[in-house]
Amino acid sequence: MKAQVVVALGAAAVLAALSAQAAEGGRAAPEFAEGKAVYDEWCATCHADSLGLAGTLALQTKYQGAIPAALALRTDLEPEVVEYFVRNGVAWMAPFRKTEVSDAQLAAIGAYLSAPLDKRGLTAAELAKAKAAQ
Amino acid sequence: MRSAVGADWVFTSEGDMHTYRDFYSVLWDEPDERVASAAVAPANVEEVQAVVRAANARGIPLYPISTGRNLGYGGAAPVYSGSVVLDLKRMDKVIEVNEGNASCLVEPGVSYFDMYRHLQETGSKLWLDVPDPGWGSMVGNALDSGGGYTAAPYRGHFEAQCGIEAVLADGELFRTGMGAMPGSETWQQYRMGIGPCLDGLFRQSSLGVVTKMGFWLFPQPEAYLSCSIDVFNYEDIEPLVDLMNELEYSNIFNGMPSVSSPVLSNGMMFNEVPEPAKMNAMVRETGKAAWRASATFYGPEKVIRAQWEYMKERFAKFEGARPNEGELIKLPLSPEAMEKVSKARFGIPSLEIFSVGSNGFGDFNPSDGHIWFSAIIPRTGKGLVQANRVMRQECARLGIPLFMFSPAVTCWTRSFVLFAAVPVYKDKDSNKALREKVLEIIKICAANGWGEYRCPPAFQDAVMDSYSFNNNILRRVNEKIKDALDPNGIISAGRYGVWPKHLREGRGA
Repeated sequence: MKAQVVVALGAAAVLAALSAQAAEGGRAAPEFAEGKAVYDEWCATCHADSLGLAGTLALQTKYQGAIPAALALRTDLEPEVVEYFVRNGVAWMAPFRKTEVSDAQLAAIGAYLSAPLDKRGLTAAELAKAKAAQ
Repeated sequence: MRSAVGADWVFTSEGDMHTYRDFYSVLWDEPDERVASAAVAPANVEEVQAVVRAANARGIPLYPISTGRNLGYGGAAPVYSGSVVLDLKRMDKVIEVNEGNASCLVEPGVSYFDMYRHLQETGSKLWLDVPDPGWGSMVGNALDSGGGYTAAPYRGHFEAQCGIEAVLADGELFRTGMGAMPGSETWQQYRMGIGPCLDGLFRQSSLGVVTKMGFWLFPQPEAYLSCSIDVFNYEDIEPLVDLMNELEYSNIFNGMPSVSSPVLSNGMMFNEVPEPAKMNAMVRETGKAAWRASATFYGPEKVIRAQWEYMKERFAKFEGARPNEGELIKLPLSPEAMEKVSKARFGIPSLEIFSVGSNGFGDFNPSDGHIWFSAIIPRTGKGLVQANRVMRQECARLGIPLFMFSPAVTCWTRSFVLFAAVPVYKDKDSNKALREKVLEIIKICAANGWGEYRCPPAFQDAVMDSYSFNNNILRRVNEKIKDALDPNGIISAGRYGVWPKHLREGRGA
């Protein structure tokens, strides 16, 4: 099972742009780097901070701005909740299997999404947005 | 099986098996929901062979999945309940990318996202053709006959494959085409080898576990242009489609065309085509075009500009024809351009299409998923209009909600595909009614000579039944092949309506 780490070092501008859209900004603290990498690969494509993305749009529709629609900007997520949704799915989001996201990787995602905001590698703008919503 | 793959990779717990359910199933939580009894995840071909041999010896039904993300057509769940899902996601190597021959060889666990990343990271000059959404498997999508959005040779994903390796039901390893010639370097160059061409045996079938597949890839073009021409009479539709066909088949444009109707278009819905007088009146009143022929071009700027000029000349014969020229986009895409374009047209995988379900649609509550109805209809203006009318009328009569309706999709160059997306809810009464209605639609389409090219497991028997020429000889021959290659019937029982002998009697649609 390989850890999927996408690092945009010297990659084409397109890869950087795709990563920038999918990734949540800068560098996470070392203990959350794996979780951020797995999140970027498996979650950010629907949950990054853009209303053009299915997950973020659905959560914006659900919460109407009461909490940030982008998962990585939230401070109310517990690893158990993350695990529940990943393994059980919700609405159009089907569950993810262990051959896609292992239990260890899932724990890492949960740790990342419940990490202190300033350790998640968010951009300055994202950090400001997340803090304002607290 | 644990000894073949290791205990960590055999799944039987309720929690694990929940992740193998068809999340968009029209049989959710009903006794007939197609559910697996277990899942096994091999890491390599040898483990696949060991699992298959063990299953064959014991008569254990297997159901191979690649990435299992075929939502809308069955997902990760088997067709035959109780099967053991053979989850090939761990086999995720890009074995080779050949720049000079513009081809690749991949394992089933390689998703379009994985391949795109690989091509970018290695500085490849090759493009991928992706479906929408793009998280599926290149192998799995091709085997279910998925399609994409770039240049013609690459849009039909099974047609773009070149070279298949599969584990047969007795555990033997089989290679198609030049793969059957030891030491050949041409496995991804010439599909057919010698004698009967057997790669079709694996498309939508139950005759082997595909462990490798080759694909032809598209050398990155220099530029992209998307243009359209609007015409303003109902009567233009037949000559318009014929002209588009002529231009496409003589290589005047190489990208994906479309035939739409601005005056009838409502979001992702193509409304019912009215009678000519009414439609022409609507056109006059609204000023919107009756029909719009769109084409996309990939190539050097001077070439595609010349092709577009020629296309405009040919369309000048239509009264009031109005060309619309898009912006020429140089490739590779800049980060700014990436934000604006439709990614699938550029071979970039994305999941943005799922956002159509995020708010619910129209009068519908947000649904719990969807299924696709996808019929092959004639590549003519007459065919398009007739299929549009019949489907819109019958869906309205039967009360089938649609949130997407596109009668003239052109993934394949020589036919149209009519796509209709139907919302699914995790509600038994709603699903039961939906199933009955879709079965009715299948019959109505068959009566018109329109057959589905792909469908979810709940309807596979009915669709195979509808291909009834000569007393269902298609299914009968498929059954003979099945009995010969998989006499114990252990692989993908029931897939697309082909059942092994011991399960054939008394099966329902």
